[in-house]
Amino acid sequence: MAVVCFMVTMGLYFIATISFLAYLLRRSEALSKVSLAITAAGFVMHTLALVARMVGSSAAAPPSVHEALSFFSWMLILVFLAVEFRHRIHVLGSFIVPLALVSLISAAALPDTVPTLQPMFRTLWLHVTLSMLGTVGFAVAFVAGVMYLIQDRLLKSKRFNVLYAKLPALDFLDHLNQQSIILGFPLLTLGIITGAISAEFAKGAYVSWNPEQTWALVTWLFYFVVLLGRLTVGWRAKRAAYLTVIGFAGVILTLIGVVLKSYGTVS
Amino acid sequence: MHLIVVGLSHKTAPVEIREKLAVPESRMGEALSRLTSYSGVKEGLLLSTCNRVEVYSVVDDIDQGYGRIQEFLADTHLSLSSEQLTPHLYWHAGDRAITHLFRVAASLDSMIVGESQILGQLKDAFESALSHKTTGLIMNKVVKKAISVAKRVRTETKIAEMAVSVSYAAVELAKKIFSDLGHRTVLLVGAGEMAKLAARHLIAQGVGQVRITTRTPQHAVDLAEKFGGTAVPFEQYKDDMASADIVLVSTGASHYLISADDVQRAVTARMNRPMFLIDISVPRNIDPAVRHVDNAFLFDIDDLKQRVEKNRAERLQEADKAEQMVVEEVGVLREWMKSLEVTPTIVALKQRADEIKRSELDKALGRLAHLPAQDRELVEGLASSIVNKMIHGTMVTLKSEVNSSSGAAFVEAARRFFSLEAAPPPDTRGASAVEPSSCLSHETSEPLIEQAPSRTPSRKQP
Repeated sequence: MAVVCFMVTMGLYFIATISFLAYLLRRSEALSKVSLAITAAGFVMHTLALVARMVGSSAAAPPSVHEALSFFSWMLILVFLAVEFRHRIHVLGSFIVPLALVSLISAAALPDTVPTLQPMFRTLWLHVTLSMLGTVGFAVAFVAGVMYLIQDRLLKSKRFNVLYAKLPALDFLDHLNQQSIILGFPLLTLGIITGAISAEFAKGAYVSWNPEQTWALVTWLFYFVVLLGRLTVGWRAKRAAYLTVIGFAGVILTLIGVVLKSYGTVS
Repeated sequence: MHLIVVGLSHKTAPVEIREKLAVPESRMGEALSRLTSYSGVKEGLLLSTCNRVEVYSVVDDIDQGYGRIQEFLADTHLSLSSEQLTPHLYWHAGDRAITHLFRVAASLDSMIVGESQILGQLKDAFESALSHKTTGLIMNKVVKKAISVAKRVRTETKIAEMAVSVSYAAVELAKKIFSDLGHRTVLLVGAGEMAKLAARHLIAQGVGQVRITTRTPQHAVDLAEKFGGTAVPFEQYKDDMASADIVLVSTGASHYLISADDVQRAVTARMNRPMFLIDISVPRNIDPAVRHVDNAFLFDIDDLKQRVEKNRAERLQEADKAEQMVVEEVGVLREWMKSLEVTPTIVALKQRADEIKRSELDKALGRLAHLPAQDRELVEGLASSIVNKMIHGTMVTLKSEVNSSSGAAFVEAARRFFSLEAAPPPDTRGASAVEPSSCLSHETSEPLIEQAPSRTPSRKQP
């Protein structure tokens, strides 16, 4: 059941991605409605898949990378649908849905037995969930940043094309970027704290300074500086957009590190 | 009676020619009376805008009318000869003239398709022709129709939805930088027409605060009062820039008033909040190097024009729908124009008379069945001669007035006195609603209808 739903979801997101990318280049409002409908259908299937999986698995088992990525993708679409519902910015889907699809494909590519971490403690669930939620915030900030940079470039070079017409106002994107980080940062902070506590219980040390932990801390520090810079010395607009794009690259690297390490421990 | 148009527009003539021909409001009366003083020119309307100069006229003879109006145009400016003018002119008559007017009114022929100014200009031109009494039945009807067609096009197509002017294009751009103009501040430097227009648009969009500076302090105070804003001393505007989200510059200065450094300072003071600068002045007043300042977005008049061009392309799609409407409406007017022609009116009049005669005769003869054939013929003859005498005067008057200035009014009057429907033009007469006399009409109209074809083709463009 869970697998079937998951596969259907992936198919729907794939179609939605194509449809949303076509929307980016075509002057058709109908296309956005179709894309949205497919995305919403995919989201429902995805929810079913997640529920089915939760019912099927034992509570004690540690969350797998597969589950974490799938959850990440689900949250991403949830945020998109919420923003879309409030602000009617269809073009956001052209950026977020592909990202969600990539995350789902990565989840599918990994055998769902690969655990995120060695089973250590029940709090591991909390650590993974919070970190993933923080990552969703950064992902949205990243998307807003990319959109900001594109719109900034289009305005500066005075290319008033279809994309220009569809992208929202710069200050909206900057605001979205700021809000996403303001929400994402505390969640990631909590995620790291719960992770450290789990580690302390399991291994007796909060931090073991292995590469992915170090990288996670560097990323966290980076976002801390970005947030601080925005609130104090005016690192907003274009600079904030650049920084969040770079920051998200750090997040991805951390995730890859975690996956590689987990993969290594399995094989 | 033929409606013709002779003129030139941005499509056929460069500005050097157009500006020479343009007739200012103050000289409109003189020009109109000169136009209608030409023999054979019955009605006249002069549409003179920065993009076109057109003379609409009702004339007796198309070719002669073309000549007269060309003469009139060449006389408008001393340094222009007819030979210089001819290559830039276009001539239309009849349906084509009506179509042209409708397209102009609906802004389908404008430089910026869909702009709304032209409709106002046409109304003004019509007003002044009315006040100088140079229009008559035909022109009044045609121009009023043109105005209503233009309104229909505006409400039923999306032709006017996108930025219609350079000043509005500025607002559109502002909305791509600021999603909500409500809390934004506009600084107006200088008081060029275009900048004032743009400021007005921004205020209409709910911009929060307007600050104005001009070289003459009193001017700024006056404008501030007009816009409900605050005046800023001219020496201070550079310091004031940091508080402005939108800076609109339009002065007569021949050098850069705002340098890239000024903008960089303002952006830094704003903690990198984006800033939107519009330079509507020619020569430019903001150093183009501002383009390299992050978070400052500078647009000059050409950029705005380019933006408008882009919208124009989109409008052209909507314009197709509008063209269709114009064709429809021209059809409606064509029917009306036809009804104003003397020949079909006379035909219809005879038809109507015969119709009445026949029905009354049938009734009477039915009761006079006992009369010998000879007497019955006498009764018929009596009826015919009464009817013919009754309408004779009307027909003679119509024929003699056909070429007078009020000819169309006589035709209209005759149609109404004798309840002749305007709808059935001569060629669809057979299919018209008057069935009882349809067979009769053939005989009576035979000698007259031969004239009709010779008139109809002349209405088409020669």
